[in-house]
Amino acid sequence: MIDISESVMQFLLAFVVVAPLLGAAAALLPAPPGLKGKSPDQAVLRHGVTVTGVILLAAIALAAGFDHDHPSRMQATTDISWIKALDVRIHLGVDGISLPLLVLTALLTFLCALYSYFKMPQGPSPKAFVALLLVLEAGTLATFAVLDLVLFFLAFEMVLVPMYFLIARWGGGGRRAAAGKFILYTLLGSVVMLLGLLLIGIKAGTFDMVALATDNGRGLTTSVQVTAVLAIGLGLAVKTPMWPLHSWLPDAHTAAPTVGSVLLAGVLLKMGTYGFVRIALPIAPEGMHTLAPYLAAFAAAGIVYGSLACLALARPGAKGDLKRLIAYSSVGHMGFVLLGIATLTPTGVNGALFANIAHGLITGLLFFLVGALKDRYGTADLDTLAGATGAALYGRAPRLGALLAFAAVASLGLPGLAGFWGEMLALFAAFDPAEGLNRAAYLVFMALGGLGTLLTAAYLLMVVRRVCMGGPRPAGEPELADVQPYELAAWTPLVALTVLAGLWPAVLLGLTDPAVQQLLAGGTQ
Amino acid sequence: MSATTSLVQSVDWATIAPPTLTALVALGVLVADLFVPAARKQFLGWVSVAGLAAALVLLLPLRAGDRATFCLTPAAQTDSAAQTAACSYTADHFTLVIQLLVLGGALLTALLSLPATREKLPAGEYWFLLLSSAAGAALLPASRDLATLVVALEVASLPAFALVGLKRGDRRSSEAALKFFLSSVTATAVTLLGVSFVYAATGTLHLTEIAARLDEVPRQLQTLAEAGVALTLVGFAFKLAAVPFHFWVPDTYTGAPLPVAAYLSVVGKAVGFTGLILVTVVAFPPYADVWGPALAVLAALTMTAGNVAALRQDPARPGSAVRLLAWSSVAQAGYLLVPIGAAAYSSDEQVGATVAYALMYAVVNLGAFAVVALVARTHPGKRIADHAGLYAASPAAALALAFFLLNLAGLPPGIIGLFAKVTVFSSAVDAGLGWLAVVMGVNVVIGLAYYLRWTALLFRTPQDAIATEPRRAPAPVTLAIVLTAAAGAVLSGYPQFALRFATTALF
Repeated sequence: MIDISESVMQFLLAFVVVAPLLGAAAALLPAPPGLKGKSPDQAVLRHGVTVTGVILLAAIALAAGFDHDHPSRMQATTDISWIKALDVRIHLGVDGISLPLLVLTALLTFLCALYSYFKMPQGPSPKAFVALLLVLEAGTLATFAVLDLVLFFLAFEMVLVPMYFLIARWGGGGRRAAAGKFILYTLLGSVVMLLGLLLIGIKAGTFDMVALATDNGRGLTTSVQVTAVLAIGLGLAVKTPMWPLHSWLPDAHTAAPTVGSVLLAGVLLKMGTYGFVRIALPIAPEGMHTLAPYLAAFAAAGIVYGSLACLALARPGAKGDLKRLIAYSSVGHMGFVLLGIATLTPTGVNGALFANIAHGLITGLLFFLVGALKDRYGTADLDTLAGATGAALYGRAPRLGALLAFAAVASLGLPGLAGFWGEMLALFAAFDPAEGLNRAAYLVFMALGGLGTLLTAAYLLMVVRRVCMGGPRPAGEPELADVQPYELAAWTPLVALTVLAGLWPAVLLGLTDPAVQQLLAGGTQ
Repeated sequence: MSATTSLVQSVDWATIAPPTLTALVALGVLVADLFVPAARKQFLGWVSVAGLAAALVLLLPLRAGDRATFCLTPAAQTDSAAQTAACSYTADHFTLVIQLLVLGGALLTALLSLPATREKLPAGEYWFLLLSSAAGAALLPASRDLATLVVALEVASLPAFALVGLKRGDRRSSEAALKFFLSSVTATAVTLLGVSFVYAATGTLHLTEIAARLDEVPRQLQTLAEAGVALTLVGFAFKLAAVPFHFWVPDTYTGAPLPVAAYLSVVGKAVGFTGLILVTVVAFPPYADVWGPALAVLAALTMTAGNVAALRQDPARPGSAVRLLAWSSVAQAGYLLVPIGAAAYSSDEQVGATVAYALMYAVVNLGAFAVVALVARTHPGKRIADHAGLYAASPAAALALAFFLLNLAGLPPGIIGLFAKVTVFSSAVDAGLGWLAVVMGVNVVIGLAYYLRWTALLFRTPQDAIATEPRRAPAPVTLAIVLTAAAGAVLSGYPQFALRFATTALF
């Protein structure tokens, strides 16, 4: 849109990856004289907001300078040799697939920093909290920006330690066990993924993703491709998470602090699906082709499983935790993303990428809202919240209730909001999968997915009924604070983008489609 | 070399300077100990540190890696199979990087020991023994014949027994020394038997010549040669503490003075894997089908046993910090074995991955021991639980220990630890040892569980405020922590420095 010179673009991309790390180091140092603020805690939280804000601005500038006429071309590329011995290069670049994810990450991290500035989660000093948040941001941004397999692995691993500490130090009940489960599960997955990446690198003779994508698997035998996709896919599937490898997710979400949940659902899960699109699809197409039906089957099972689990949690008397419920709904939503990828068609992959972003926006918003509820009530337990008659949020805190209802209908895929397009495209692609895939099987998966959307609607409406509606409240109940200004500031961008992406999907699809077409057709021109 | 055979062998003194200087300083310190008054004993320590530093500097002129001495004269070399003259002492790149590791490790150990020798240990004997052992360990990578190799192995090990038992009046210390001594002597005896078998079968002690002649061993001596190869490996596997020769490790480490445990975990390991590399890759390549699978299985067993045992350590038990590091060093030995085993399956240079991994391991493990030594000054129990809330008490030490532990686990921000693991994985994948790579992957996850538990403990808010007044950290220990942390940070930013050895031809 705006003409920015290539060297400035290169700087911007390198900046968004490196600046959070520098910011994290700076957060640990004492504040310099002019910036002490009211207290050390306030100063460091403000530092977090400033750094993430600057990075968000840089990401927006990057998006503005991006050549929207050629979204399939890698732009703002940097390519420096780092470790000759392993043939690892610092190769950065963005295209239409990674750009939206970069901006989403920068946005969500900024909103989280802003939210914590006013509502710091219970726990030890905010100094470490801000530093960890920034390291987490660096890791996720790097995952979406790097174009080298080993570097991708490094970035993938970089988020583990900060997320572990965010859950273990600032989380709720059962946080240590949940954090341990999170890190051990994901590490096991990523070590297996590393083996697959090394296999590809050694057999093809390069770790460069662009070169490998251009090669489109021609340098790899089918058996190598199948083994590599199996190993890489396992690692990514744990992260995504794919049913039945999802069991770390509900615990982690339930225990994590609000911002931890938002980033976990909004950004970290996307690293898994992004890996499928960026690595598995173009680099080992034959392996992907062999394993795609299984991936689709697991995805369909995940959709149904996730929504059934949510239905069970939403029932009265089930002692369902709202955060756990949204975590399970993530399993279902990510199932749609995986189903889209597994169709191996441009439609499906575009749908998957769209659903990725939509899920980041909507689930991020949902976790913010549930976190706010938990702060107000002291619990996220649905039965305690709703009591016998319902929590009647519409009456007691109308704006909060309305927002919750909005996020719920967006999540169930109401046409006109962001949640609709991705899932519709994924189902649509499953109706007509890529050549050579068993169409009958995919029709079954499509039907299962359709059933999943129905069940999703059922449990989300049930939640809305139990939380937002309800009879008259008993007298003498304490007042419930409605949406605060800082909450409004953190949530409005998400609401606006959900509506925008729902009404004008071409904004996103125009970016992703050319890049996807090219990935599926065989690399860069 | 002149055409007429001279009876006096010309010796290239510059080439053998690093181990020689170390040995000379050792003798000098022992003699000086008789004349230095008790109040000035600390002086001996600084002399030893200076001697080790000087030995490190003497490595610099050799960095081209093309020097050798004590060579067979052409006349004496009857067998023309080897193109170049077989030398007993070679200062190639492999030798130099291992000498750097050994001498650097000894230097850091010396820094750690300075406060201990002032308080508990007899200074003169301690420095003599430490330097002698370091001299032997520095000689070992350069040796290219079996006799020198065994002599170097003995010079490196014998002082170590005494070092372990040096705590006067400590029953555990003497018990640890005895355990260490008995099992080590057995292993060395077995190695000697193996060496004699190999000599009987091939008629030479020079490693390259052995490699050439093993192919032509007469049929009736075939079994003898095979047995010789297998038995020779045992002694080195013992030093490396590979399963099933690892039982001495936890008791010896906990019984020994802390700096000595650090020394054994790094330099002792280096002695083991260097010897293994020399005998397998240089001397016995014709028998790769014998030692290759054996080492691969050994690697898998070693890392699994070490990790599982480390995972079961109770943080509240006395000595648990050292015990955990001891078991984790067994596990790390397993990772070190992987590329050596992989070398049997592929023609590419694999053992470089072991060297690169060892460099990383030496830096971060010595660092971890240094922080444990620092904490042990206020909490002599050496329990892991003593580290709870270390961040509140001394943030720098806690951050350093967290960095070292995450390097050992192989997770960012320990980038060099991660990449060292990647090179080891890559050597296994390259050699087609997929099963070993998967076993190692599972082990890395187990390892993370206990390293992370310890790391998380550092940042926990201390429930019972540690009432003890934080004693001032002794300068040498601080220096050791700073040196290792700086080395780890530099390697993390520029991993090529350590990893270059993974791809270049070392011999």
